[in-house]
Amino acid sequence: MVILRVEHLWKAFGSTPVLNDISLSLNKGEILIVVGPSGSGKTTLLRCIQCLEFPDRGAIVLDDVPFGIGDGPDHRWRPDPPRVLDAKRRRVGFVFQRFNLFANLTALDNVTIGPRRVLGVPAGEARERASAILHRLGLGEHARKLPSQLSGGQQQRVAIARALSMDPKLMLFDEPTSALDPELVDEVLQTMRELARSGMTMIVVTHELDFAREVGDRVIFMDGGRIVEEGHPGGVFAQPREERTRAFLRRLLRSGGVASAPSEDAARPAAEAGHATPIAERRD
Amino acid sequence: MPFDFALIVESIPFLLKGAVYTVQVSILAIVVGLVMGWLFGLAAVSGMSMLRVITFMYVQFIRGTPLLVQIFLIYFGLPALGINIPAYWSGVIALGLNSGGFQAEIVRAGIESIDRGQSEAARSIGMSWLQTLVFILVPQTIRRVIPPLTNELITLVKSSSLLSAIAALELTHAGQLIIARTFAPFEIYAAVALIYLLIVSLLSRASALLEKRVFVNY
Repeated sequence: MVILRVEHLWKAFGSTPVLNDISLSLNKGEILIVVGPSGSGKTTLLRCIQCLEFPDRGAIVLDDVPFGIGDGPDHRWRPDPPRVLDAKRRRVGFVFQRFNLFANLTALDNVTIGPRRVLGVPAGEARERASAILHRLGLGEHARKLPSQLSGGQQQRVAIARALSMDPKLMLFDEPTSALDPELVDEVLQTMRELARSGMTMIVVTHELDFAREVGDRVIFMDGGRIVEEGHPGGVFAQPREERTRAFLRRLLRSGGVASAPSEDAARPAAEAGHATPIAERRD
Repeated sequence: MPFDFALIVESIPFLLKGAVYTVQVSILAIVVGLVMGWLFGLAAVSGMSMLRVITFMYVQFIRGTPLLVQIFLIYFGLPALGINIPAYWSGVIALGLNSGGFQAEIVRAGIESIDRGQSEAARSIGMSWLQTLVFILVPQTIRRVIPPLTNELITLVKSSSLLSAIAALELTHAGQLIIARTFAPFEIYAAVALIYLLIVSLLSRASALLEKRVFVNY
């Protein structure tokens, strides 16, 4: 069942094109990995899907409800009126590279405020639910701490909890681990892994190739605002068809900034492809 | 002529009366200033161009003209339009509006200094612009603007001495009246200065407490 359709999305900042005719669709429970060099439009694509930025043309349809009006004859994007947009936006959870936890609120209040203020859940009930989410993510003991008292990894997990508190249909992750110290990356990836296992539909922009291969159902490689290559992560990472993909993966592996073991990556394509089946079956 | 302490002691009751006037007018003007400052400061970031233009003109006028002239406009100028406001309330209005103009700039800059990610995160969970402002941006701004706002309030208290020019019975004018009688400007102005210093010290103390105790250290 298709939950998200992005059709012919165009966006330019001034005269610089950032998204060049991007189309994709996502099934419920599917996990889409987005990789690509910086400036390739990955972040802008996510931000457009969340309507933090408006595309110039194209259509975004989540669960049969379109964001904005992009279906006119000229396909020019017209944003929804503010109140409609707010209501649509809450259906998508967004996890930022820099966490962006509310600095004035405790971890618990960060997770409570959405249901409480946006969905109108009574205070006590909202707090109970928030507390349950924090416990599920292993953050129970940090509920009363302010973001500044938490490590980066804990902050990012609270940010995931905050997004989950709104019971989203789709979760977007914008390089969720790239602002973290290397030793804190794993706890966040673990949380995302569990989320994936629970059947959440996710789009993840990441450079963590091991994670991408393990969790991702599909990967798209973006460059210059276009989708250059698309396929199963195991296949694309092992045998990229396009030269640009190949060059990017080489650079990524050589930079050593990735938590994976670069030397093994090239050597084990076949084994990884085997992951595809169980992941696909699990979601039916 | 030696420094006449006895004269100071004698004058204290009258000076204190002036000080009470100064404190009253200042507190009322602070209230007016805070309300104007936050209203216009928030209007400036509202994204509604009409509100922004009005705020710009207000701030421009307040910053671009001397406070003394603003006081004269209200006390001497408005009667020409048939609006008579006594010195006390002229002082409250002039000081309040003046301070509000500067505070609006402080509030605007304070809100704009909050990381954009904060409001993006709030919008992402479906909060409206107003909710984002009320629950996320303003609480963080308050703590950040306490030091500059304190400066602004201190300036307001000291500027209230300009009300002596419209014969309001505030501290400086009380001093002037005593001097007119006793011809001892040094003693009296020294005493007046000390009383201002005391009032301002109390104000900064209160602000420091507010910053440390009332708002958590995030």
